[in-house]
Amino acid sequence: MTIDFGRRVVVAKPVGRLPVRPAVVCLALAAAALAVGVLALSAGEVAVPPGDVLRALAGEGSQAYRLVVVEWRLPRVLLALLIGLALGLAGAIFQALTRNPLGSPDVIGLDKGAYTGVLIVTVFAGNGYHLVAAGALAGALATAVAVYLFAFRRGVQGFRLIIVGIAVSAMLASANQWFIVKVDLQAAFAAAIWGQGTLNGLGWRQVGPVALAVGLLCVALTGYGQRLALLEMGEDAAAALGVRVESTRLGYLVIGVALTAVATAAAGPVSFVALAAPQLARRLTRTAGVALVPSALMGAFLLIVSDWLAQRAFAPTQLPVGVVTVAVGGVYFVWLLIRQGRAS
Amino acid sequence: MSLSASDITVGYDGRIISEGLGLDLPEGRFTAIIGPNACGKSTLLRALSRLLKPRAGAVLLDGRDIHSWPAKAVARRLGLLPQSSIAPDGIVVADLVARGRFPHQRLIRQWTAADEEAVAAAMAATGVTELSGELVDTLSGGQRQRVWVAMVLAQRTPIVLLDEPTTFLDIAHQIELLELCVRLNREQGTTMVAVLHDLNQAARYADHVVVMKAGRIVAEGEPRQVVTAELIGDVFGLPCRIIDDPETGTPLVIPRSSIVRLT
Repeated sequence: MTIDFGRRVVVAKPVGRLPVRPAVVCLALAAAALAVGVLALSAGEVAVPPGDVLRALAGEGSQAYRLVVVEWRLPRVLLALLIGLALGLAGAIFQALTRNPLGSPDVIGLDKGAYTGVLIVTVFAGNGYHLVAAGALAGALATAVAVYLFAFRRGVQGFRLIIVGIAVSAMLASANQWFIVKVDLQAAFAAAIWGQGTLNGLGWRQVGPVALAVGLLCVALTGYGQRLALLEMGEDAAAALGVRVESTRLGYLVIGVALTAVATAAAGPVSFVALAAPQLARRLTRTAGVALVPSALMGAFLLIVSDWLAQRAFAPTQLPVGVVTVAVGGVYFVWLLIRQGRAS
Repeated sequence: MSLSASDITVGYDGRIISEGLGLDLPEGRFTAIIGPNACGKSTLLRALSRLLKPRAGAVLLDGRDIHSWPAKAVARRLGLLPQSSIAPDGIVVADLVARGRFPHQRLIRQWTAADEEAVAAAMAATGVTELSGELVDTLSGGQRQRVWVAMVLAQRTPIVLLDEPTTFLDIAHQIELLELCVRLNREQGTTMVAVLHDLNQAARYADHVVVMKAGRIVAEGEPRQVVTAELIGDVFGLPCRIIDDPETGTPLVIPRSSIVRLT
């Protein structure tokens, strides 16, 4: 007996059935992200031919190439992929929970809260990398808790979360402005650079903690299986299918906030990736609702491409990657408007 | 598999809807819960389906407090068609129906022949097989409701609860759906519980009718014993006559009219 799912499906016994199109899109996105990664490893002040890049990665080739590729450039590429992945996942989680394409962590103020945390830390304690990261982490988490408490009324409703998030975000943005005007120039300048979101200056020291955190959060996400898709059908339907709605939703929120906080702590606020990745992935895969894996891969792809552009577009001047993602985000919105205009 | 409410008190926020409610659902029968608007029938169904936790008393599934069961284990025994569900954007019928198999799936073993069989059977029973590849967004209200029912059937539970399943359906689809419930009940021995608005449909298709008013159960039993002019007059405040349904012989409620037609 075969059921027509309206598209091609590969049945892989005994594990499951795999719709062909999303699988192909995922593979293509992963391949594209890796290809851009190799490009990013080969380009720069010292041009390394792609063949030598692969040799250097395998631990062969000349000492100089290995130094440039593995020691200098690889951590940045890995971080771009990891942070992009985290942002894509966080965006998908928030958009699914709120059932709204605008429900992304940067829209509900987590970035702004992280920035506030960084400003406070920079003013009172200094601007060492770990201090700043800790400030960002604390700021994002505190903002998440505040938004959650304000939005909570007999459970969390998606739309309420977004509205409260936007309000909190606006308040934090003005607080940040006030801080920047008030504090001394040096600290304001350091914080403002962080506030653009950049991978400049990141190295192997950051890769380990970020990889560990993102990895653990992915494991936790896997444990929830497909419950996120069930929650999208409404609380009653999800509960009827055996999902503990409140605790599961809280679990997803915690994971989504943690992913955002880790990404922001490592690289500063990189906006639009979390917002755009799930929707772009959904349009390519044509899955129902937002899906985690394609969103994650799309996030990684978007960030590695943006970072490559940030490094190469005006070389030798390096742009913060946040500037590029904002520009890409603008293009995304124009595209969305044109699409909707055509549809209506 | 038995389901009962033992002396439960249920409500929302500060408001108590029902106090000290007790109900034993007859196993393997089709029970209809009827009553005027806001009498607490949907609240009772929500409590029975563990969507709402009673403040006192307990809902017992197979003799054990339903809230002490693992969530997925309950979902393998008790299916529910809620009043409102949201079909995710861009989902096709077969995918939505397949989500009913979630309680039977484990993390590593996601899709089995049993899943395939249950989904196909549920779609066939509800007559949506030929729609399986269509987008749910593009279906009519009646088709969509049948798809949701198919999802509940794909869950393959010995107990099925339906919260106002016939709302939004035209008369033909209402009858079709209720007859489907009766068939499932008779062929597979599924315990059916439905909140219904139409008294005549309840009397015609249910084996057991529970009548509620202002949060209390005022009568329950076979339709013929329960659906009387006196009770309907009392519960709904509607003067009526009861005649035999010429089609099935079950009680048929004919409201009295205070208007004389001018023709």
